[in-house]
Amino acid sequence: MAQAKNTAEALRPEDFVILRERSAPSDLLVREPVGYWKDAWRRLRRNKVAMTSLVVLGLFLIMIIIGPYLRGYDYITAAPQYKNADMSAQFWLGADALGRDLFSRLWVGTRVSFVIAIVCTAVQVVVGCLYGSVMAYFGGIVDEIMMRILEVITAIPSLLITILIMIALGNSAFSLLVALCIASWCPTARVVRGQIMQLRESEYVMAAEAMGERPMRIILRHLLPNIMGILILDVATSIPGYIFQEAGLSFIGLGLQTPAISLGLLISNGQAVMNSHVNQLIFPAAVLCIMVLAFNLLGDGLRNALDPKFRK
Amino acid sequence: MDNLLEIKGLRVSYHTYQGEVQSVRGVDLEIGQEESVALVGESGCGKSVTGKSILRLIQAPGEILPGSQITFDGRDVLSLSKKELRAYRGGQASIIFQDALAALNPTMTVGRQIMENLLYHRKIGKREARAEAIRLLGEVGIPNPEKRVDQYPHEFSGGMRQRVMIAIAFACQPQLLIADEPTTALDVTIQAQIIKLLKQLQRENHTSILMITHDLGVVASIAQRIFVMYSGVIVERGSSDDIFYRPRHPYTRALLQAVPRMDQEGKQELNSIEGTPPDLIAPPEGCPFASRCKYAMPVCARLAPEVTDFGGGHRCACWLYHEMAPRVAELNDPDAAPAGEEVGQ
Amino acid sequence: MSEHNTPLIQVKHLKKYFPAGRKEVVKAIDDISFDIYERETVGLVGESGCGKTTTGRINLVLYDKTDGQVLYRGQDVHQMSRAERYRFKKNAQIVFQDPYSSLDPRMTVADIIGEGIDVHHLAANKRERLEKIYSYLRAVGLNESHASRFVHEFSGGQRQRIGIARALAVEPEFIMLDEPISALDVSIQAQVVNLLIRLQREKGLTYLFVAHDLAMVKHISDRIVVMYLGTVVETAASDALYGKPMHPYTQSLIAAVPIPDPEKERRRSEETIQGEATIAGATQGCRFRTRCKYATEACAREMPSLREVEPGHFVACHNLDQVGR
Repeated sequence: MAQAKNTAEALRPEDFVILRERSAPSDLLVREPVGYWKDAWRRLRRNKVAMTSLVVLGLFLIMIIIGPYLRGYDYITAAPQYKNADMSAQFWLGADALGRDLFSRLWVGTRVSFVIAIVCTAVQVVVGCLYGSVMAYFGGIVDEIMMRILEVITAIPSLLITILIMIALGNSAFSLLVALCIASWCPTARVVRGQIMQLRESEYVMAAEAMGERPMRIILRHLLPNIMGILILDVATSIPGYIFQEAGLSFIGLGLQTPAISLGLLISNGQAVMNSHVNQLIFPAAVLCIMVLAFNLLGDGLRNALDPKFRK
Repeated sequence: MDNLLEIKGLRVSYHTYQGEVQSVRGVDLEIGQEESVALVGESGCGKSVTGKSILRLIQAPGEILPGSQITFDGRDVLSLSKKELRAYRGGQASIIFQDALAALNPTMTVGRQIMENLLYHRKIGKREARAEAIRLLGEVGIPNPEKRVDQYPHEFSGGMRQRVMIAIAFACQPQLLIADEPTTALDVTIQAQIIKLLKQLQRENHTSILMITHDLGVVASIAQRIFVMYSGVIVERGSSDDIFYRPRHPYTRALLQAVPRMDQEGKQELNSIEGTPPDLIAPPEGCPFASRCKYAMPVCARLAPEVTDFGGGHRCACWLYHEMAPRVAELNDPDAAPAGEEVGQ
Repeated sequence: MSEHNTPLIQVKHLKKYFPAGRKEVVKAIDDISFDIYERETVGLVGESGCGKTTTGRINLVLYDKTDGQVLYRGQDVHQMSRAERYRFKKNAQIVFQDPYSSLDPRMTVADIIGEGIDVHHLAANKRERLEKIYSYLRAVGLNESHASRFVHEFSGGQRQRIGIARALAVEPEFIMLDEPISALDVSIQAQVVNLLIRLQREKGLTYLFVAHDLAMVKHISDRIVVMYLGTVVETAASDALYGKPMHPYTQSLIAAVPIPDPEKERRRSEETIQGEATIAGATQGCRFRTRCKYATEACAREMPSLREVEPGHFVACHNLDQVGR
């Protein structure tokens, strides 16, 4: 039965008056409010690997912004006198075959690769979300037709599409964006469709319908916020993929071409002289690897942090 | 009296991201041989956790705190070895849950699931086990047991699934059955059938039953003794008649009055208990019911109440029975008890 | 009820069939009719799978029907124009059974309640919106401090009250209560039922109360419709139905309700109704006949229709003379 260890304390008569008039027994909430995102952040913060990755990516971001201007060199015009200069106090990472500062060029290249990856991911997620949620929400014949279109697109090998588009549109940053994005939203659309199909059955969506809420508002207000966790994961795992794809395409000459600067081009240039000037290959390759690794590790951490199974 | 099960000072905590939730905060409970005992309380009061503790089914982040004692048939349950524990679970004590669908393996026929238990605990062959499984299914009132034995759980209705669970639980004629809200998910007509079945099986197998429920109606027909639990502690215990006809704790009384009665005419306000139970992350210092109690006194908020014995095993933890407390007529006068009113149909 | 003469909602010969296999259909709702008058509470009772929730949701156009009509103030709700349906959805609301899955976990309480206010433009500005939200929170016994919280911080009973506040926020005339208390504890059930009765009195609401708990339905309803496997077997004023149940199914339902009184339980007969509600074997004739102890040949041949046995008391049974009271 209940604890009875407190008899030692003095009991006074005024303790035994029934309080007929009390403040209404309120529905007090004694717990601190812990929102979904706050809780996910708390769990992410405890994950050392993911936090390290986050810090590394933060440093990269800073360098992408300020890196090219740190040394104050012109990293575009050729300077034959510094051709293939070695690492020194003047050129921290050396200079390339045309005598341009590799340190500055590295961060410009990273910036280009990074921006391409971000834009592609944004297109992928926005298009995938809209397409997937419209499919799932309306269902029936709409779903049927949109699904067939999606299947046709995914049936064509994506590398083939990319190469064809690059050939058709020429080597520019814009055509690379188009080439990378054209089919990339399909998997996202499928995932979103599946998730929303599930959520659509939930009673809070039915409640919104019973209230007369318009379909598009239901998607934006109820369905998308509830798949946010999955979308964030999709973003975190897509970005490194795009960085790799851009580097790969540029490396084999199908992506950007000089005079543009990107990680892929830098690696390609470095590979040409790797026997004599290995520094020109190693640094761009290292930046690429570290960045992709950091994104992947952060993605893993996010997956654990956002998964409701790990709550409580 | 030799009790089958004795629980002393049971405390169970769940370590969550928000802090330590003290689900069970010192529960004493005992069950005699072939006795039916009910543990009644609201959701979150710790009644299911208490039931699971008896079979040591508490998993991380939950923990049975040191100092707790559970004795089954003279043995210390909390120090059983892994092997002994397996023989104890399902062999001497078994449990059935509210959600039979979740408790059954969806990829295995019900026959296999019953046989598994039989093969593990009894030294019999496969053929015998199958025959026994069919016999058990028939015994729990499943029509065509020879055919049903090879079907999967999803092919059964809710009531039939609960019968399958009961068949598994009784497969080894356990000494104790813990029934954790076995009828809450079922319709009233099916509920009546299941309760009847449990009573019949108890008689035939000489089993003790611990019935865990929030529904006092279910308890009235089956329990000999009742424990009323609130916020992790037992607030009142006694024979079924004590609890229904002479409730002493304001919570027990309020709970009885909150149940709608069929004989009341027209629309009336029910006697509800306002507010919600306290959060067990920060349980109140005094009586946990104080914030919702009609008769709350200053002492109730400050100190945990003393236990008063009314004889015959009827005990109640409430400050109202302290010598300094004022006498509350409706709690001291048995005739004013709610169950004394006419209920007919 | 006689004092109200215009039904707010009329359900007429409603049918809902689901395809099951190649040729067969499951008749989830098979030709049911009943009326709901203004300011009354109609209890819709039956075991799980009897079609009571489906009926309620068809009334609110959340599901399609197969045949029949649902009239709201004389207008067929399934034939409404877009603008008419928008207005109808403001007037007819729903409270769900499960207080966990029926509230969006990513929204604050204020936004959940505010959604209806936004959809129907019931507040002129942000300030008015917030004041309205606070007033609905107070109406269901919560307060301003709860507005910015997320639903997972609340208990089941508190969540159900938030669900009620959400339904109230569009100022409806009719609310379908879809087993609003069956997921709650006894002491909390009483709180919610009291709240519903009080709100009905204050705001002149009409309720359709769907439930399987007969004691609670009796408590809140003026009239009761008893359903069995997609058909209506008995309709009567609440007191009449409990005082003198006529259909064998209604009788066994009432008899199965446990009584919180050990003495009465001891004296009670051990006889329980056999079997389970299943559509198999009862495709023709009375669907209850497989569990009914009064079943005759006529029950297998023909589906009994509702007859007015006493004023306002309708029963669908062939053998009323034999059925003991």
